[in-house]
Amino acid sequence: MTAEFKPASTAACETCPVHQSAYLMKLGVDMQNWDYAVALAGNPNTGKSTIFNALTGLKQHTGNWPGKTVTRAEGGFEHAGLNFKVVDLPGTYSLLSTTVDEEIARDFILFGQPDVTVVVVDVTRLERNLNLVLQILEITDRAVICLNLMDEAARHGLKIAHRSLARDLGVPVVPTTARSGEGLDHLVRTIGEVASGKIKYSPHRIQNLSPALTSALDRLSVHIENLYPALPNARWVAMRLLDGDERITQALEQGELGHLSPAATNEPQAIQNLESQPA
Amino acid sequence: MEKEKTLTPSELLTMAEDLRWQIGGNIHEHLVEGIYTDASRIADRVVTGERPKFDLDRAIDRLVTSRVWGIPIMILLFTLVFWITISGANIPSDFLASILIGKIYPAIKEIAFSIGTPWWLVGILIDGMYLSTAWVISVMLPPMAIFFPLFTLLEDFGYLPRVAFNLDNLFKKSGAHGKQALSMMMGFGCNAAGVIATRIIDSPRERLIAIITNNFALCNGRWPTMILLAVIFIGALVPAHLAGMISALAVVSVTLLGVLITFVMNWLLSRSILRGEASAFSLELPPYRPPRILQTIYTSLIDRTAYVLWRAVVFAMPAGAAIWLVANLTIGDLSLAEHIINLLNPVAVLIGLNGVILFAYMLAIPANEIVIPTVLMLTVLTAGVQGAGAGVLYELDSQAGTFELLTLGGWSLLTAVNTMLFTLAHNPCSTTIYTIYKETGSVKWTAIATLLPLGVGVGLTFGLTQVWRLVEAWL
Repeated sequence: MTAEFKPASTAACETCPVHQSAYLMKLGVDMQNWDYAVALAGNPNTGKSTIFNALTGLKQHTGNWPGKTVTRAEGGFEHAGLNFKVVDLPGTYSLLSTTVDEEIARDFILFGQPDVTVVVVDVTRLERNLNLVLQILEITDRAVICLNLMDEAARHGLKIAHRSLARDLGVPVVPTTARSGEGLDHLVRTIGEVASGKIKYSPHRIQNLSPALTSALDRLSVHIENLYPALPNARWVAMRLLDGDERITQALEQGELGHLSPAATNEPQAIQNLESQPA
Repeated sequence: MEKEKTLTPSELLTMAEDLRWQIGGNIHEHLVEGIYTDASRIADRVVTGERPKFDLDRAIDRLVTSRVWGIPIMILLFTLVFWITISGANIPSDFLASILIGKIYPAIKEIAFSIGTPWWLVGILIDGMYLSTAWVISVMLPPMAIFFPLFTLLEDFGYLPRVAFNLDNLFKKSGAHGKQALSMMMGFGCNAAGVIATRIIDSPRERLIAIITNNFALCNGRWPTMILLAVIFIGALVPAHLAGMISALAVVSVTLLGVLITFVMNWLLSRSILRGEASAFSLELPPYRPPRILQTIYTSLIDRTAYVLWRAVVFAMPAGAAIWLVANLTIGDLSLAEHIINLLNPVAVLIGLNGVILFAYMLAIPANEIVIPTVLMLTVLTAGVQGAGAGVLYELDSQAGTFELLTLGGWSLLTAVNTMLFTLAHNPCSTTIYTIYKETGSVKWTAIATLLPLGVGVGLTFGLTQVWRLVEAWL
């Protein structure tokens, strides 16, 4: 990232992008000339690609069937003078199993640490969609829930109390109808707010676990936090370790998790900021 | 105290292992249960209102995925799509041909000669590159401009997953993964895309089966060939008012034959080199969504029609030049093309094709789209229909003209049917082969996926030809 392209506001620490440039690069995402990385996640066929097209102005064909996006699409948009890179992840029902598409989505959110993860939700099937939302909120607290297909909810006679949903989930919730573009300006503003990091969110953590599992998670996460004090999602890592997740076990053994602590990447960031100071 | 000390990663893993034993039971299930409980509590709190008693989506689903009506409705819908395509494409196709080939072609040729362009340059540029491009456009553009938007409308409406649902059981019975129905649906657009779409299949065994058999789903590049041959050879057998419907049925039959071959190959593969059990999966039927018609037409024209046409033109121009060159470079008495065609003829005749068709398929490996234009060019340039560079022009500006030319090139009904079968089953285009290599990372599986369809195609055409000739001799 060259210093000249960085807007002055990023010099202030609360607005530092948290994305892991090095990891994003490894995942094939070039963050040069971009201020923030935004990931689009969600269940299959919730309108992610439609939201993606609306945000980026691209006209990729969107199909009405699950599993349409198997490869990752990328685009970008500008908001309030900042450049947002948007990465459309494959649609998945969960991040717990090990199919290729789930792994792509999981690795991106975990290792890429996007500045904002937008979870697109089919509001007519809220309960099932929430399963993925809750898993994502364990990994990142920089999330925006996009309640899409509000028009269909209305067609089916469903009413959604989106404000109390936002309170329950602890992150912003934006109702949209992507097909007609309703709510998208609100979505963009919210993405901007979360990306800037001005407001800290404390998202919902999975509660209804058995006492034995809860205490095991607590014990394990204390040690993970000891080892990597700045890791933002120790409890989730503990969950994956207890579940015997091979990829996370490997990430722990090879020290990849250590790189995820913001401290590890702040150094080059700091040097850059010094350079960008006017003489 | 334990908590004071920082554990190493491997100590952490040991601890996780110990804790797992202490908790006992299935931790994965515990976790999933916890997540589900949270999700349902939250959803209960925020969602109010009841779904109406009559649900249109359900009603439609009961019909189009019914055991009895599901497959007949599917065949009916696809026939309808092809029928609209075929009856709608005739007039614009003839119109484009009469302008591009009937008017512009002789005109620019005359201009080129009048300004003293050497004959060989006129040959390469106008008889080669221009003519092949003009053919590609007039043969392919009208059917594509009708077929792709219609197909995309069905897709946007949400019908394709229902087709997958109808076929799921058959896929499982054939020893493959039900999701293969979805990658096959993608293959009906583009096989390279279909091969990438197999990523949704988790088991490597079933994914390989899906990759190997994807080519039996007719792709964008091959639909126009099918439609053209069905119209000029099969539609022509019946009275004019039935021609459109019969041609459409012929295309549907070949398409279904492709699906049938897919099942047979699945069955054979899963009982030989890719032995194993079929795994279960859940398929979500998305809600029906009223398609946004104008936008669908726009994106399908831009994404599919223009894309396929552009690809065809890009490959047709150099191919046109190459075809003109091989047809005009002579060794001894014969042109290079005639040498190659004569070489291929004995094999070709055995499978009821001819050397020209086989040679066209070789030239068309980069893009199946140019098979028919290549056949036409080679026929014009070698079959003595038209002297190279001479001014004699046959009427190629209509479908009737195409029929006459192919008949002069030795085509019979059998040749046309065999060409349709061979179009359905032959090696994938080079883009697909490359994609298969990238996805499997294996030369062996790439070779199998390339050669198996070719083998099936040769087998089918050989079998049909032998039977056909026996019946002919007997009659």
